[in-house]
Amino acid sequence: MPASIVQRNKKSFKKVKVDTVTIDIIESALRNARYEMDTVLFRTAMSPGIREQHDEFPMIANTEGKMVVGQFGSFIWGFMQGYDGTVEEGDIFLTSDPYSVNGAISHANDWLMLMPVYHNGRIIAWSAMFGHMTDVGGKVPGSLPTDGTTIYEDGIVVPPVKIFKGGKLNDDVLRVVLHNCRLPEWNLSDFNAITAALRTAGTRCIEIAERFGDDVFYSAMDAMLERNKRAMRALIRQNVPESKQHFEDYICDDGLNMGPYRIKCSMWREGDNCIFDFTGTDPQSISSINFLLNEEMFKMFAGIYMIMVFDPQILFNDGFYDLMEVRIPPGTLLKPLKPAALSCRTHALGRIFDILAGLLGQGNPDFMCGAGFSDSPHFMYSGYDKNGEWYQLYQITFGGIPGKPFGDGPDGHSLWPSFTNVPNEFLESYFPLRIDIYETIADTGGAGKNRGGNGLRIGYRFLEPGEISIHDDRWLTYPWGANGGEPGARSRKLLQRADGTTRLLPSKIDHVKVETGDVLIADTWGGGGWGDPLERDAAQVSFDVAAGLVTVKGARRYGVVCNADGKVDQVATEALRTEIRMKRGPKKIFDRGFESIEELKGRCKAETGFDPPAQPHFTKWAAVAAEAMMRKKGIKAA
Amino acid sequence: MSYRLGVDVGGTFTDLLLVHEKSGQTWSAKVPSTPADQSIGVLNGIQRVCGRAGIDPTAIDHVMHGTTIATNTVLTGTGARCGLVTTKGYKQVLQIARSYVPGGLGGWIIYNKSLPMAPLACTIEADERVSAKGEIVKRLDEKALRTSLRKLKAQNIEALTVSLINSFANPSHERRVREIAREELLGTPVSISSDVVPEMQEYERTVTTVANSYVRPRVDRYVNNLKAKLGQVAKDVKLHILRSDGGLASASSAAEYPVNLLMSGPAGGVTGALWVAVQAGFPNLLTVDVGGTSTDVALIQGGHPRLRRETTVGDVTVRASSVDIRTIGAGGGSIAHVPELTKALRVGPQSAGADPGPAAYNRGGTEPTVADANIVLGYLPEMQKLGGDMVLNRELAYMVVKKVGTALGLNVEQAAQGIYNIVNENMVGALRLVSVEQGYDPRDYALIAFGGAGPLHANALSRLLGSWPSIIPPGPGVLCALGDATTAVRDERARTYVRKFSETSAKEIDKILKGLASDASRGLEEEGVKKSEITTTYQVDVRYHGQGLRLSVEVNLAELQKKGLMAISDKFDEEHKRLFTFALPLEHELVTLRASVQGQGIKIKRQTLVSGGSDPKAAVVGKQKSFMDDKGVTATVYDRAKLKSGNRVRGPAIIVEMDSTTIILPKHTGHVEKSGCILIYPDNYKAQKKVASRKSGKK
Repeated sequence: MPASIVQRNKKSFKKVKVDTVTIDIIESALRNARYEMDTVLFRTAMSPGIREQHDEFPMIANTEGKMVVGQFGSFIWGFMQGYDGTVEEGDIFLTSDPYSVNGAISHANDWLMLMPVYHNGRIIAWSAMFGHMTDVGGKVPGSLPTDGTTIYEDGIVVPPVKIFKGGKLNDDVLRVVLHNCRLPEWNLSDFNAITAALRTAGTRCIEIAERFGDDVFYSAMDAMLERNKRAMRALIRQNVPESKQHFEDYICDDGLNMGPYRIKCSMWREGDNCIFDFTGTDPQSISSINFLLNEEMFKMFAGIYMIMVFDPQILFNDGFYDLMEVRIPPGTLLKPLKPAALSCRTHALGRIFDILAGLLGQGNPDFMCGAGFSDSPHFMYSGYDKNGEWYQLYQITFGGIPGKPFGDGPDGHSLWPSFTNVPNEFLESYFPLRIDIYETIADTGGAGKNRGGNGLRIGYRFLEPGEISIHDDRWLTYPWGANGGEPGARSRKLLQRADGTTRLLPSKIDHVKVETGDVLIADTWGGGGWGDPLERDAAQVSFDVAAGLVTVKGARRYGVVCNADGKVDQVATEALRTEIRMKRGPKKIFDRGFESIEELKGRCKAETGFDPPAQPHFTKWAAVAAEAMMRKKGIKAA
Repeated sequence: MSYRLGVDVGGTFTDLLLVHEKSGQTWSAKVPSTPADQSIGVLNGIQRVCGRAGIDPTAIDHVMHGTTIATNTVLTGTGARCGLVTTKGYKQVLQIARSYVPGGLGGWIIYNKSLPMAPLACTIEADERVSAKGEIVKRLDEKALRTSLRKLKAQNIEALTVSLINSFANPSHERRVREIAREELLGTPVSISSDVVPEMQEYERTVTTVANSYVRPRVDRYVNNLKAKLGQVAKDVKLHILRSDGGLASASSAAEYPVNLLMSGPAGGVTGALWVAVQAGFPNLLTVDVGGTSTDVALIQGGHPRLRRETTVGDVTVRASSVDIRTIGAGGGSIAHVPELTKALRVGPQSAGADPGPAAYNRGGTEPTVADANIVLGYLPEMQKLGGDMVLNRELAYMVVKKVGTALGLNVEQAAQGIYNIVNENMVGALRLVSVEQGYDPRDYALIAFGGAGPLHANALSRLLGSWPSIIPPGPGVLCALGDATTAVRDERARTYVRKFSETSAKEIDKILKGLASDASRGLEEEGVKKSEITTTYQVDVRYHGQGLRLSVEVNLAELQKKGLMAISDKFDEEHKRLFTFALPLEHELVTLRASVQGQGIKIKRQTLVSGGSDPKAAVVGKQKSFMDDKGVTATVYDRAKLKSGNRVRGPAIIVEMDSTTIILPKHTGHVEKSGCILIYPDNYKAQKKVASRKSGKK
């Protein structure tokens, strides 16, 4: 049964005509409120993932729960369907269960909190926010077990609960939850921080409603959604063809030596509506790489991608949701059935953006970006130091931004919004390690008219015995190049033991024991290049060579002959460019760096040092359950 | 007798304010700026202002100057070619920066990063290592360093920066690198990060030190040129430069640490606003400085501008204290447009700038701007001449604003009202950043507006924020120069000192703070400030162990001795609660210790207006059809110079003066004060206040 809303004031809002300027004013007031939520959270949270790296997502929604300002789209509808109880003034809800909110959050580390904003006895808006907790218990520090096979291994999973009832904290529940986490004081601080942010947004909404009146506030939010829908309708009509476009990409492995997993999506337009169909995506994995993808969230991703490429002035909100339909077959990697493990969903989440780039780009190659979304590689290091104190680091690192129609991709930057790195001096002050190397790796960005960004190399020197975990991908497949651009380089992890031995580490692994003096060389991926490298201005290549971002040898990929200072030999360059033009085949829209998965697996060992992953095998129960589910809905199984 | 002179050089005008130190009497002048060599404009202004005062320029002892030279050098990318020495493995510290991509989800698609101020081709690595605790892990390889430096020589660098990992904990390697660099690169100025900003965080420390090197040669040339030129007209004159934090630096210190001057210009405005408002009895203030392309806002609490520990110019953020001024791209030249897809009305951040400027300036501008909207609304009457002699082409203003109206389905006045309302809302957005976002309720503050266009928007902004009164200072256009003239010499020293409270003691903190204070005072004493005139304040940055934030807490040494570290933790908890609604039962941690020292400012005689009863009739110069609050009204136009103390100017009214125009909206009244300020209140202010106090539970 869905949640029932209790409102003292039974009068429904009146839809009134609001002049365009008032709408604009309310729009900017709400946008300011949303940024204020960020500010409050960043300053008071303790998990470095939230505090330094900004892994958190605020939102303000209208009475029906549609996101008016925010980033990841609304999850309130999903929550309301999954919550069996009342919603009353002063309540704040907490959940970390992806299955209860249809994937609004996608692993148990994300704590989602939401609050109805009451004014004059009625809900006038919702504020909501989720953030990534460093630890929520479970089988490994950091709560992201690579080899987890059910969500129960990930850590404590909080179903939707009323953590504040009528404004009063339900501290028994909170105590139970915190008791299951390895760093309870961090979770507590982050919890307080999110609460403060929600209340800030609530206060702002009430102020706006008081200034303009409840009906105007209500109607203006409606108008903002409508405005966005109008803009998106035009974008969809202009840019999504009626003929079907297909694109597929891969997760290299599942942490259990099986892979790659295919994610496939088709896109087409019927009238004003754009349809995305994930039929052809592999079944759910037995490990934790499953990504429970919320359909509404995917619409938001697709919408933002279109807005950013075609018209960045448009404010994005949920207004256009009716114009998109997303079909994800149950029992697949993107719609796994409970209790499939979900903790390491970051790889598939990132890959969704590469899929979008590939799909939307086919209709408009000039506007297509290269691939860069390997994901957000995680590094974890924990143990007891010499004083017997527990230390636990969870860090997200970055790589190369793809080349894009508007310019080069930055080196070693974040594809995720508002994420930043943690200063190394900060890390060295608080954790028993030293960062010996922190630089980007020359030539790892895909060559192109606009260069893909270089991947990042971090050399971690461990000063205490402990355990590390690595979660990365794109070690086998490449971030592809677009429009004639070449693919970016793969990721790679090498452990150099203090005793002089070395060991290549797989891209997804937990429980690697390290000793004092061991060094981990962690290389992330490069971004795919955009456009024909031979069309890149030789002066730009020369600049990159002098800067050490491209090597003399790497410059030849651009057909540029130069010395180590970047001095270009014009004649030799012309000759080399002509020679390459003659030899190469026709321009490729996508350059994946391989012909087929089989061909790629054939050279896996020689190139990466690892045996190729085995063909994945899947669970029977999920397939059977999915089929039953689809039969009930009257859909034929894929 | 001795005089001091405040000088503010803006893009269009150079403003000067001369003060007679003993009597406090003032004279002001406004002359065109001379961008090619700004000192020419300054000298012209000196001649003019001294002429007015009837003195010889040699009577001037001190010149205090707010300058935008450092900011412009960064914004236009015209700084020095900088070399950089980093620790091995960190060559790309500026290239990687904080890995941050602005613009939200998908922002990377349109983000093009600007190049680092020290090119990678001019960056070398030193083989050395210091730990976070300051131990030397690896000795500096001097031989290898010399080889690299010799190679760097070929790059023709004009300045060198040294920024090594963990140098905030132990600067010895940086100092040694500096020695060697001086030997190898004779004559190239070398900055080391542990001197410029001895604080944790390698990127921030490096970018700050590089920014310092980057602007240094130009600032140095500028300051020395100005000093020399001043010396020609006024022998022995002392030149002081206003710093971003509102303090004054000697010319030589300014040239050595120019990274502290990035907010020098706007800081003058805040200081000036503060001086005027305190005279009028309002120590809690929101300041709004509206210029042609941007608006600067700040918050003043209890007579002290709020400071922040970083300064942002363009997309560069450095660790240097500055008055917490937020700048938004909203000003008279901001362009209004209606995007095809959304049909929303947007104003700015694009600006018509000074050239071509608003359409009404008749210099080829074809886009509708805020100034054009103000003309359509009738806010700039015929008798108002911008800057004294500019003739406005009203028809052009109507024509461009009409474009917006057509796109929105509104008539031209409605469109203009929309532009005016939206730009006000954008300014309110910036004012919220310095008030509500910092935990301050704007209703507890008065609002003071200056810059040529500030008084056009003051009344409307006060109404949106509930900040009363709206203060229009005398001479809103020369307020920065006033600020420059009234500023006291100020300096500070800080040190990163990360310790949990259990790892340190009140005694230790006391000792370090006193040491910092004596270091800071030395500079002031060299400037000729008497020891007895120096006041010292102490701050520490604190957080809960594990947090990323740092809140500055004032420390009273007597209290620290009495109550121990509780004196700090109690204050911190209180502040944390005020800002974020909660405190935590966790251990506190010190981050930075800081001592600020200040000399005495100058006393300026209060200007007083002649009393003239409540009726302002004598100042009326005409009537103007205008559009306020969505309605056509006939506003009375007044000449500010003729207003007398005690006059009550009822809205709708327009008050004109040489370089500014004040709007008083219907149902509001401007009270002309003895100090020359006009205080605007809503007519039902008392009734409003009663409702507000009932709501908040106050009596």
